[in-house]
Amino acid sequence: MSEEIIKDVIVGENEDYIINMGPQHPSTHGVLRFEVCLKGETVKYLIPHIGYIHRGIEKMCEANTYPQIIHLTDRMDYLSAHINNEAVCLLVEDAMQVEVPERVKYIRTILDELNRIASHQLWWCAFGMDLGALTSFFYGLRDREHILDIFEESFGSRLLHSFVMPGGLMHDVHPNFQKRIKEFIKYFRKKLPEYDQLLTGNVIFQNRTKGIGYMSKETAIGYGITGPSGRGSNYSCDIRKIAPYSAYDKVQFNEILETGCDTFARYKVRMAEMWESLSILEQLVDNIPEGDFTAKMKPIIKLPAGEYFQRVETARGELAVYVVSDGNKSPYRMKFRTPNFSNLFVMNEITAGHKIADLIAISGSLDLVIPDIDR
Amino acid sequence: MLNRQELTDIIREFEPEAVFSEGTKLLEVIVPAEKLVALAEKLKSDKRTAFNYLLNHTAVDFLTHFTVVYHLESTDYRHLIVLKSLISDRENPKVDSLSALYPAAEYFEREVFDLFGIWFNNHPNMKRFFLEDDYGFPLRKDFRDEVNIIER
Amino acid sequence: MKDEDFGDSESLELLKKSGGNVFMTSIDAVLNWGLSNSIWPLTFATSCCGIEMMATGASRHDFSRFGIEVYRASPRQADVIVIAGTINHKMAPVLKRLYDQMPDPKYVIAMGACAVSGGPFFYNSYSVVRGVDHILPVDVYVPGCPPRPEALLYGVMQLQRKIKGDSIFNPEDAVERLL
Repeated sequence: MSEEIIKDVIVGENEDYIINMGPQHPSTHGVLRFEVCLKGETVKYLIPHIGYIHRGIEKMCEANTYPQIIHLTDRMDYLSAHINNEAVCLLVEDAMQVEVPERVKYIRTILDELNRIASHQLWWCAFGMDLGALTSFFYGLRDREHILDIFEESFGSRLLHSFVMPGGLMHDVHPNFQKRIKEFIKYFRKKLPEYDQLLTGNVIFQNRTKGIGYMSKETAIGYGITGPSGRGSNYSCDIRKIAPYSAYDKVQFNEILETGCDTFARYKVRMAEMWESLSILEQLVDNIPEGDFTAKMKPIIKLPAGEYFQRVETARGELAVYVVSDGNKSPYRMKFRTPNFSNLFVMNEITAGHKIADLIAISGSLDLVIPDIDR
Repeated sequence: MLNRQELTDIIREFEPEAVFSEGTKLLEVIVPAEKLVALAEKLKSDKRTAFNYLLNHTAVDFLTHFTVVYHLESTDYRHLIVLKSLISDRENPKVDSLSALYPAAEYFEREVFDLFGIWFNNHPNMKRFFLEDDYGFPLRKDFRDEVNIIER
Repeated sequence: MKDEDFGDSESLELLKKSGGNVFMTSIDAVLNWGLSNSIWPLTFATSCCGIEMMATGASRHDFSRFGIEVYRASPRQADVIVIAGTINHKMAPVLKRLYDQMPDPKYVIAMGACAVSGGPFFYNSYSVVRGVDHILPVDVYVPGCPPRPEALLYGVMQLQRKIKGDSIFNPEDAVERLL
C-alpha cells in the first residue's frame, strides 16, 4: 500500500524534459543549436538545428567568376582554408586540361599539410577547453602562431589567404619559406610529446573519453562520416590514398586507423595524424623543384559545358565539389559536399544514453566547424 | 573494381530503361523517377557492385525540369557512379526518398527541399533546415528577392 | 598608447564636447577608470573572426593585459559583446535577445568586415544582414577580413578611451551615444 503512494508522488516521470543548448554557447564551436531531451541527466535523443550562419554561398557562386569563388570557399571551413581552395582549383585545372608545374604541386601539398597541422592544433585546444583543461588552449595556440608566421611572411594573411589560384599560385613564396618550415618541424617535434603528457595519459581525460560515443563502421558508412572521425572506427576513407592529387603520390605516409570506435580513438587518430603530417613535410620540404609558380591561363576562365567532380581530403573529412557548367565564366550550379554536414547528423545516434558532459566530449571529438555545415 | 563497361552491363540488367552517358569522366545513369529506389536497392545489395556509400545528393534547376543527382560509391571496390533522375513538374515536384537505404540521404533531401522545393515521398521528417517556412526556394533560377539580395 | 597616436582623436573630442559632460568630476574619473580597465566580453563568435578573437586571447597577443580577464558565458555577467562573424536573418533575433539581456552599461564592438557591413557577402546573398548596426548600436568598428589580433586590440583601446568620456551623472541611452 505505501509503495503505491510513493509512486504517485513522482510527477511527470514520463514526460520529456527538453532543454536548449542554444546558438550562443561556449562549447558548440560556432552557432549550432541542440534541442536535447533529457531524463535526469541522461540524454534520450537530440535534434540539431542549423541555419544560423547560412549565407547562401552556393547561390553566390552562380553570380561570381571562378577566381572569385576561391575567396568564398575560404570562408566555408576556415580552418582548412587552403585545402578548400585547392579543391576548386584542381577542378578548374582538370576541366580546362591545364598541367600545373611540379613546383606548384609540391608547394600546394606542403601548404595542405601545414594547414592540417594548424587545424588539428586548434581542435586540440578547443577539445581540452571543452573538457575543462584550460591549459591546452594556450599550448595549442602558442604553437599554431609559428605556422601562422610562416603563412604571414609568404602570403600576407594569417587565416584566410586565397593563395591558390586556378593554374597555380598567386605569386611565388618568400625565399625564407623552406628555412622556416624546417625550423618549425624541429620545434614542433619537441613540443608534440608535451601534448601527450598533458592530456593523453591523464586518468581523468581517459575516463571521460573511453567508451563514450561508440560509432560502428556501418554507422559511419551509412551516415557518410569521413576524415579522422571515420578513421577512428576503422573505416579507411583517406582520399589522399584513394584518389591522390597534387604531390601525394610522391610521398610515403600511413593512413591512421583505430579500432576503438569511441571518442578516445578519434582523439588518438588526430594526434597521430599530426606526426604523419610532420613526416610528409620532411619528405617534401627539401625537394621543391625550381620552376614557374603558375601555368599559363587565359585571363577569363570559362569551363567547357558539362559536369565536373573533384574530391579532396580536408582536415575534417572529404570535401567534394560538383560543378555543372554551361560554358560561361560563372558555374551554372556549384555544390559543395562538405564533411561537417555529414559528420554532424550522427550525433543523435551516438549520444543516446550518455550524460550531458559526454555530449560535449562527443561533439568535440567530431570536430565540427559550423559555417561548413550551413555554407 | 569494376570498369565502366562491366558496370554498364550490370546496371542494364537491373534496369533496362536506364540511359547511359557517353564521353564523361564518371559513368552517369539516367533513370525515370519511379524506378529510382528499386535500382538503388539493387545496387546496394548486389555483391558485385555493393554501392553502400552515398557521397553526395543534390539537385540542379534547368529551366524546363529539375534533375536530382546522386553520387554513389562502394567502399569495398571504390567505383563511383552518378545516378540521375529528371522531374518535369515544376509546380509540385515529387520524387521518392532514399532515406530507408542510406541514413545520410535523410539530411541531403531536407536540404534539397529547403533550397529547391522538391518534395520527397516517404521521408521521416520533411522540414526546412536553413530558412523560414514561408521563404521561397532560393536556388531556383526564377527566384527573385528584391528586399534581401543586392545584385551586382 | 599615447592619445596622439590614435587615428581619430578629432571625432572622440567632438563626442566628449557634445555628448558628454564638460565638467568631469573625480568620481566619474575613478569610476570610468575602473570600468574601462575591466571590460569582460561575452563568448560570441559565429565564424572565422572567432578564431582571430581566440588568438587574441592566447599567449602571444594577450588581451588580459588590457583588462579582458575572462570571457563570461552568460550575457547577464558581461560588459561588452564582440560580434565576430557574419550575422544572418535567422541569427539576428537571437543576437538582439542576447544584447537585451546584458545589463547597462554595455558596449558593442563590431569585429570583421561581415559585422561592419556584410563583408564578402554584400552582393548576391539572400540571407546575410549587411552590417550588425542594422540591429544594434555599435561603439567601435574593427575592419579586416579577418582583422589581425593587433587590430582588435586597437579597437579595444579605442573603446577604453570612449568609456573614459562617459559620466555617471548623465547616463545616456545606448542609442544616443551614437555619433
